[in-house]
Amino acid sequence: MIRVVRSAVIDAPIERVWAVLRDFNSHSAWHPIVADSTIENDESSDQIGCVRSFTLKDGNHIREQLLALSDTDYVSTYCILDATLPMRRYVATVQLKRVTDGDRTFWHWQSTFDVPRGREQEFTDLVGKGVYEGGFEGVRAYLRRRPGGPTSRSIVTAGASMTTQGVVAVRFGGPDVLEPRSLEVRPPGSGEVRLRQTAIGINYIDVYVRKGEYPLIQPPAPLGMEAAGEVVDVGDGVTHLLPGDRVAYACTPPGAYVGVRTLPASHLVVLPDEIDDEAAAAVMLKGMTAEYLLHRTHRLRAGETVLVHAAAGGVGLLLCQWAKALGARVIGTVSTDIKARAARAAGCDFVIVGGDYRFAASVRDATDGRGADVIYDGLGQAAARENFDALAMCGHWVCYGQASGPVSQLTVEDMQQKSATFSSPVLFHYSAERAVLTEMAARTFEALRQGILTLDIQHRYPLAAAAQAHRNLEGRTTIGPLILLP
Amino acid sequence: MIKVYTSTVIEAPADTVWGRIRDFNGLPSWTPFVADSRIEGSQPPDRIGCVRNFRLKDGGLIREQLLTLSDYDYQCSYSILESPMGVDNYVATLKLTPVTDGNRTFAEWWAEFDCAPERENQLARDIGQGVFQAAFDSLKTLMRR
Repeated sequence: MIRVVRSAVIDAPIERVWAVLRDFNSHSAWHPIVADSTIENDESSDQIGCVRSFTLKDGNHIREQLLALSDTDYVSTYCILDATLPMRRYVATVQLKRVTDGDRTFWHWQSTFDVPRGREQEFTDLVGKGVYEGGFEGVRAYLRRRPGGPTSRSIVTAGASMTTQGVVAVRFGGPDVLEPRSLEVRPPGSGEVRLRQTAIGINYIDVYVRKGEYPLIQPPAPLGMEAAGEVVDVGDGVTHLLPGDRVAYACTPPGAYVGVRTLPASHLVVLPDEIDDEAAAAVMLKGMTAEYLLHRTHRLRAGETVLVHAAAGGVGLLLCQWAKALGARVIGTVSTDIKARAARAAGCDFVIVGGDYRFAASVRDATDGRGADVIYDGLGQAAARENFDALAMCGHWVCYGQASGPVSQLTVEDMQQKSATFSSPVLFHYSAERAVLTEMAARTFEALRQGILTLDIQHRYPLAAAAQAHRNLEGRTTIGPLILLP
Repeated sequence: MIKVYTSTVIEAPADTVWGRIRDFNGLPSWTPFVADSRIEGSQPPDRIGCVRNFRLKDGGLIREQLLTLSDYDYQCSYSILESPMGVDNYVATLKLTPVTDGNRTFAEWWAEFDCAPERENQLARDIGQGVFQAAFDSLKTLMRR
């Protein structure tokens, strides 16, 4: 039986260190040797008996089970269920203690286990140095990257309301119904987080909501469905976030056009260091939309021909870039020559210019009469007949938006003529499950990191100028994402 | 019953620190507030059950009984038999744990006791800061030499 003990002093209050360590699935965020980790069966990471299944950067795979967790004693005990490493009967305990002299944390980490005879030293070093000492350094670095914690928490009086500036739709109508207002932001309740927003994304759906075409708000109320910022304070039961964490979201109900917002913690994802706040605000809704359209609604394969409408729009540009990277042939439609250039730069192989919803003949010409295997359609009714004509046999028509109204008068018999598939997906149905949401966000951030997706943010407005931003968006003069800065 | 807890980090290996404090009769050598100390009945100071009888520099007399002494866990606990502090059922533990990162020592000292409710805050401060932290500060200075 080998026993390994390591201990360290972390220069942070015990509450802050424990908030990180009590999350049994947090180690992929801070441990330098852990590549990725998930809790099996969608269980909560503080569920006694839950299993974390993770991969080390050297390729080894380990499953560990949580045996004990105590918020009063700051203790977590777990064991290895199975591993690609020859370790047996491994039981480990993490214990934190408060260093009252200086408000620091003493961290004690120990384990006992067996390994094959002759390999004791190798595994003593692996566990003691690689896992435990590496873990101490990892948490120190993690906490340095996320300053704040109880210090910034104390700046806000717990349970107190804050006031913030926002932009509300005072009634349904044109851009002029958007007016700046001072708003009260209540403190986070159970499961909620209060966020100081640094960048807010504008989406075409905001226009529909403003006009009253989607029944998502009751004026006067702020618009907006995506933003990035920093956690101010958290309510009871929030375990995956701390004050000071950089986060972003895309969700309903609307309410993002504000400086400070309280919302359910389950909508928020922690931002990787490489993704800045403006990029996050610009990419959460549009990037995750591209993610599910290309990877979930239709699993795009290399060699397929894709038709992307509004190819120079916020989602359109991302769809073109990502589809191209996946090996598809990309045909785009745009309304102007300037937009055509942007679409080509994003990877469009063939661009159709025109604002009259006439494109089916051009698509057939560009595909030797075959048509497109997949159509990503945000146009809706006015382009429905053309889309059907542009679709290849056994093609997939994915209608994720309806700028000209909902597609009607399309029948099952019509679809049968081409053995076609019609999908009408909604982002928030895909992202409703937290495990899927984090997966979608992670894949989107990874695509940004790899340069598959690039964001050229040319349109920034002060939050109070939201009405002007809407005018420009509806005037079809913008290219790429628009963001508001509180 | 209230609990007072004080902890610190000492820049010396746990073995060294323990060697300095394990003597139950050794308070005058490392705390700043004990004038002199003796073990009653000529018992050795590491015999469980022995009683130390010591005088504070301010003149107060205290008798404490050794309940636990562990060279394996670097731990010592004791109870107060008599004191001028006005506490009942007072049991305290002093424990060292090695900090492998930097070969230092994590030192904890805590006490549980009963007292009149209106004196709880004052006593908690006196014991936590005036006794435990003051002794730790003195020990840290000694260990630096």
